[in-house]
Parts: sequence; C-alpha cells; structure tokens
Amino acid sequence: MIKLWFKSGAPWIWLNAAAVSTCLIMIVGVLGLVTVRGVGHFWPHEVTRFSYQEEGKQPRIIIGEKVDTSITPAAMAKSTGFKMADDEETLVQYLIKTGNRDLTGTDFLWIQARNVKEHSHPVDMMVIERREWGNFYGQLLEVKENHKTIATGTTAWPILQAKIDEALAVFKEIAHLEKKEIGAINYALERLRLKQRKLELQNKLDDAAKQSIAAEKAGYEVDYKQYQAQLATLYQKIRRDSLVATTESGATLEIPLAKVVRAFQPNAMSLFDKIVHYGTKVVEFLADDPREANTEGGIFPAIFGTVMMVMMMSVIVTPFGVIAAVYLREYAKQGFTTRLIRIAVNNLAGVPSVVYGVFGLGFFVYILGGNIDQLFFPESAPAPVFGTPGLLWASITLALLTLPVVIVSTEEGLARIPSSIREGSLALGATKLETLWLTVLPMASPAMMTGLILAVARAAGEVAPLMLVGVVKLAPTLPLDGNFPFLHLDRKFMHLGFHIYDVGFQSPNVEAARPLVYATALLLVLVIIGLNLAAIVIRNNLREKYRALEG
Amino acid sequence: MSAQEIRTHSIDMSSVLRGKEESQHPNETCIKVENLNLFYGDKQALHGVNMEMPKKKVTAYIGPSGCGKSTLLRCINRMNDLVDSARIDGKILLDGENIYDKSVNVAALRRRVGMVFQKPNPFPKSIFENVAYGLRIQGVNDKRVLEETVENALRGAALWDEMKDRLNDNALGMSGGQQQRLVIARAIAIEPEVLLLDEPASALDPISTLKIEELINELKEKYTIVIVTHNMQQAARVSDYTAFMYMGELIEIGTTSELFTNPVKKQTEDYITGRYG
Repeated sequence: MIKLWFKSGAPWIWLNAAAVSTCLIMIVGVLGLVTVRGVGHFWPHEVTRFSYQEEGKQPRIIIGEKVDTSITPAAMAKSTGFKMADDEETLVQYLIKTGNRDLTGTDFLWIQARNVKEHSHPVDMMVIERREWGNFYGQLLEVKENHKTIATGTTAWPILQAKIDEALAVFKEIAHLEKKEIGAINYALERLRLKQRKLELQNKLDDAAKQSIAAEKAGYEVDYKQYQAQLATLYQKIRRDSLVATTESGATLEIPLAKVVRAFQPNAMSLFDKIVHYGTKVVEFLADDPREANTEGGIFPAIFGTVMMVMMMSVIVTPFGVIAAVYLREYAKQGFTTRLIRIAVNNLAGVPSVVYGVFGLGFFVYILGGNIDQLFFPESAPAPVFGTPGLLWASITLALLTLPVVIVSTEEGLARIPSSIREGSLALGATKLETLWLTVLPMASPAMMTGLILAVARAAGEVAPLMLVGVVKLAPTLPLDGNFPFLHLDRKFMHLGFHIYDVGFQSPNVEAARPLVYATALLLVLVIIGLNLAAIVIRNNLREKYRALEG
Repeated sequence: MSAQEIRTHSIDMSSVLRGKEESQHPNETCIKVENLNLFYGDKQALHGVNMEMPKKKVTAYIGPSGCGKSTLLRCINRMNDLVDSARIDGKILLDGENIYDKSVNVAALRRRVGMVFQKPNPFPKSIFENVAYGLRIQGVNDKRVLEETVENALRGAALWDEMKDRLNDNALGMSGGQQQRLVIARAIAIEPEVLLLDEPASALDPISTLKIEELINELKEKYTIVIVTHNMQQAARVSDYTAFMYMGELIEIGTTSELFTNPVKKQTEDYITGRYG
C-alpha cells in the first residue's frame, strides 16, 4: 500500500507544496513583522497614569505609554530574585515609556502589574516631542512670553499650539538660512580659498589675482554679515516663548518652545486627529533629517543616498557588463580561455561583499583617489577630496560587486537570440557591428534589464562594503545640491541599510530606536521594490517591443 | 482561394511556360562554381562542385536531406563564413570575379547576393523598418527615398496592397506567408543581382506556397534566382534549370524539362522517380 502511495508521486507533490508554502510563509512573516512593528510606531498611543506602590516603598505616580508586556512563570521569576506570593502563578510586567530623560535619566521603566494600585487616562496628559532629551510626558501648566505668563489652565492649550506653529516657522527659516544661504557662502569661500591656493602653487598669484579674490571674498562677507544679522533677530524671536509643565512627580519644568517639535494630548484626540497626527509623522519620517543620534525625526538623507548610490551604480555597471558580455559572446573565440573567464566571473559573484569593500578602500579610495588628489587637487592638501570614502567609490565598488550578474544575464540574453535573425541581417549586407547595434543588442535589452534588476536588488541591500567606502552615520550635506557642480561625487552619504544597523545596534537609546529599525527596514524593502518595479516595467516594455520569433 | 487568385495563378502558369521556352536558348552566365570543396572540420560536405547558373533564370537545387544543397547555396553569399569550422577551397565567380578572393568585401557581396531563409525571420521592428533595414545600413536616411523604395519592394513582393495601411505594425504580427514575402521584400529592397532562396516555402501552407511560387516567377525578370527545394513538383514548376545533388556531389544539372523527363544519370532518375531520398 505504502509502496504504491510512494509510486503514485503523491508524497513528492506534497513535499513540493510544503516547500513552496514554507517559503511563502517565511516571506509573508518577514514582511508582516516589519510592517506591523514599523507602521505602528507613528500612531499616537494613549498615555496612562499609574498609581504605583512597591512593597515597603512610598506610593508614587508613573506617567507614560505602555509599550510592552512580559509574562514570566512564577518559578522563573523567583529564581531571578522577585518575591512571589504562593498563590501567584505568573509575574506580569509592563514596559512603560516615561520619557523625561533630562529629569530621571531613563526613557523606559519596567513595572510590575501587581504593584499598580490604580490606572487612568486623564485627557490633559500631554506629550511633547523635543529636539533634545526625547519625549516629555506631563501636564501643561502655563505658557510664557518673555518670561511673563500669558495663559494658564485649560485656555493655555490652544495658545500653546499657535505659539508652537509660530516657533516652527521661525525654526524652518533659521534652518533654511543656515543650510542653504550660509552653506552656499561657506562653500563659495572654500572654493575661493582653493583657487587662491592653486594659483599660489602654480606661482601665478600676482597682485591682480589677489585683488580679485579679495574683492570676491569681501562681497561674500558682506552677504554673510547680513545673514548673520537676520539670524540674530530670528534667534531672539524663537527664544521668546516657553511653556511650563508639571511632571509625574509634581515638579515643574520650563521648556523653551525653540526646543519643541510638537505637543499633543493623545488621550483627548479623536480618531480623525490621530490619523492626521499619523500622517504628519509619516511625512516627517520620509522627508526630514534625523534628530537625536538618528533615533528621532526622519531618514530622508538615507533614502536619498540609497537611491542616488543605486542609480550611480547602475550607470556604471550596465555599460561595463554589457560590453564585457558582448565581447565574450560575440567576438571572443569560444574555447578554454572564454570558459575560464566565465568560471571566474561566476565565482566573482560568490566573493563575500566585505572583501569588495576592503578592495574598494585599498584600491579605489587610497590608490586611485589618492593619485587623483595629487594630480588634480593639490590645492586642497592635506585634506583629501577623492582620497577618502565617498559616493563615487561606493558606487564603483558596488558596480564591481554586481558586474557578474549583469555579464551573466546579458550573455544569456545574447545566446537566446535566434541565429536566423543575425543571418537575416548579415544577408542584407550588414556588418557584424551593424547587426549587433541594430538588431542583436536591442533584442537582448530585456535580458540586460533583468541583469540590472538583480544588480539593483543586490546593491541596494548591501551594507558591509559601503561602511568601508563611503557611508556614514550622519552626512551633513546631500550629494546633490544647488552649489556648483551640483553632483558631489566626493561626498559621503547616508544609506538605509547602514542606518538600520546604526540605529539598531549603535544607538545610545536602543528601546526608543527599535520601532525605527522596523520602519526603516520596511522602507528599505519598499525602496528596493520601487527600484525593481521601475526596472521591471521598462523590461516588460522592451520585451513586448522585441518579442522574439515564436516557434 | 478566390476567383481573382485563381485567375492570377493561371496567368502565371503561362509565364512559366514562356520562361521554359526561352531557356532553350543559351544564356549569359551569372554565377560559376569552379571545383568547390567545403569541409566542416574533418568532414567534407561538398566534393569538387562545378556548375554555371545563367543570368535572370531560376536554378533549383534538389536532392535528399543532407546532400549539401543548402551548404552550396550558402557558399554563394559566403554565409558559411559564420561557421567557425567551415573551410572552403575552389572558386565561385560572380560576374567573373571570385567572391572568395581576399580583396572582396563580404558585406558588399551580400548586398549583391540577397538571401531568404527557410523560416521567415523578420526583425522585431515595424514592417516599414524591416524593408528599410538594408537601406538604412547603407546610410540612406532620406524619408522620401525610403518610402519610395519600401513601396516598390513591397509591390515587388506582392505585399503592398495587403500591408499599405499597416506599415507601422510590428512585423511579427503577420502570418507566416506574409512574413516570408516581407523577407523577400526586404531582400529586393536593396536591389541585389542574385536572390538565394533556401527552401522558402517549406514552412508555409499550400496557399502561401503558391503565392511565393508566383512571386518567384515575377522576380526572375529582374533577378538571377537560386532556389533550394525539397519538393520536386515545386522545382518543376518554378525553375528553368535544375541541379541534382547527392552526398555532397553535383550529380547532374540541366534544363528542368530535360532533367525531369530525360535524366542522364541513373541516380537522378532513381531520385525523381521516388526510388530513394
């Protein structure tokens, strides 16, 4: 019976189905976990007020968001030092995000459920997101302008919101001035300094040149003074207002509005308010710079850096891979050498990526970059220009890493083109080159795109080599901006993959950063899916256009 | 088949007869094969072939599979150059010039000797671009010239009336017979002297085959045509001269009517009477 059953092939089919389902479950599981954990982070959670009394201690109040619950069996809890009553079967503990790091030294607190005497959700509980020290949890007491109280009690809340909006507008103006205008002046002054140094090195720095440089410099300095004055008034304006709040322990704290990102009362919010809040938080996450050692704020520079790097890599790897594949498949005499080269190329795909990183650092950055600096940028010595990790070297290193993929799939694409098409073209008097350009390469373009899709998928998720050749924790400037020459290939950049590693494992505040790790991971997956989808759409269009002969 | 088509067909049959009458007279030689040997690696595929093909006539190669007729055909426009292991000695003279001479530009030779393959192989481009391909390679980009040539070529391949409104459609959307006529149009667009047809109708249905045969009869007014065919009736219908090949050797060549009615060699007779092959 069993033997027959085995012979029928049914177990084999079951095995196949099981393998497929396991793969699917794992993929869905990964995406589901990342999505649930990451997406939930931005939702405004209720703030609970606990009356808490530990045995033999004074009762106290704890205010915060309940983040996590852990349930430990009594025996295990006893062995780790908790005093357990005989009738208790489990020890329930809550992880509370209490914020107020500047007052208590920690953001998070574990409390035991059995010691909670009472809990409530007062509507006037306020959460303040600050630029320093993390969140604040407490109750609003009053709003001050120039150290004078202008509103207290329930009337203070709307006034506070208006004042915060005002302060945010000023903050934005300041950021724009400092980053864009003054940044541009600093950039121009640096270029001027380099120009002067270059002329000096070439012994061409005569009086006329000196004068023109000095004049230009003076012009910039006048602008700079003007901006400085503007900044001073803005700073005065933003420092004018503050708020006073009481904490859980009853102490009062004055917080200047310059340090406030937003204040909200989650317990009083309607569902619609919460959705709006969620939306603004998501937009902030996507479009803003990070704050507080990357644990708060947005990750725009990392998204931008990732996409930029992948695009640069594609621009480099595609022509190289295609040309190599065309030579190998179309021109090289097939034999031992080409077979050897193919084996080498395939093995190249299996080299651990960090090895490419080391090679990139050793060869591209130090040798190539160092020589470029000596030859073309002597004026900026001892500071390196290309002799230091940066976008260009990262892109080239990843291009090298993904080259085998492009070569292999392009070769396969070329091999699949029917010889009748080549012969048809040759029979019309086309040379081999014309045949390649006019028919073979266009028809192989979907295969090239397939190679590129695989390359993009691999490159966008790569972290290890990037840490060596150009990615940093926090890049002050984007690699693309309004200052000539606009694309700064020598700059370091941020990357989503590295950001995940950095926030998750190098962060001073791991608990606070954990949801961000999931959110960033989700975004990384989405960015890769987006890049891939774009490439797939292009490929399918090409496929439709160059649909090969059937039969 | 519509009445119209039947009528055209009967008209063409008369032109076949007329062609055969003319072939009685001596003709100017277009292609002359002299002592041609071809090896694929160690294996010899053609053994000392000698033959002459007259200008503006249809010469058909017949013979069993693997007898070397396609190989011989592909020698005439040097398509065998693409096969790495192929080695050739002997001469093929096109208008008195040896096409295997070192000074010959192969691309230029192939412009003079067009070829149509067994399976239709249009490029995955529009119908217009398929026909204009050869001209574009020669650097012709003048839109007016291209349009004129494409129209003439499509008319020449009896495809213009069917396709004149679909010139920008992808050629792969056409039927097999239309594709094969498109490929012929593509070949005659660059006005070659010789047209090589390698079993042009073997992948087609009977009606498409008939159309191709009619086309061959029209084309021979302008081009020297060499056709390889498996189908002896087809050879009898379209060709003026027929060459019988067997095991890489040319057994016999003569006017079609003579070869089919009164073969000199016994092998030929056995083949055309169906005793082997």
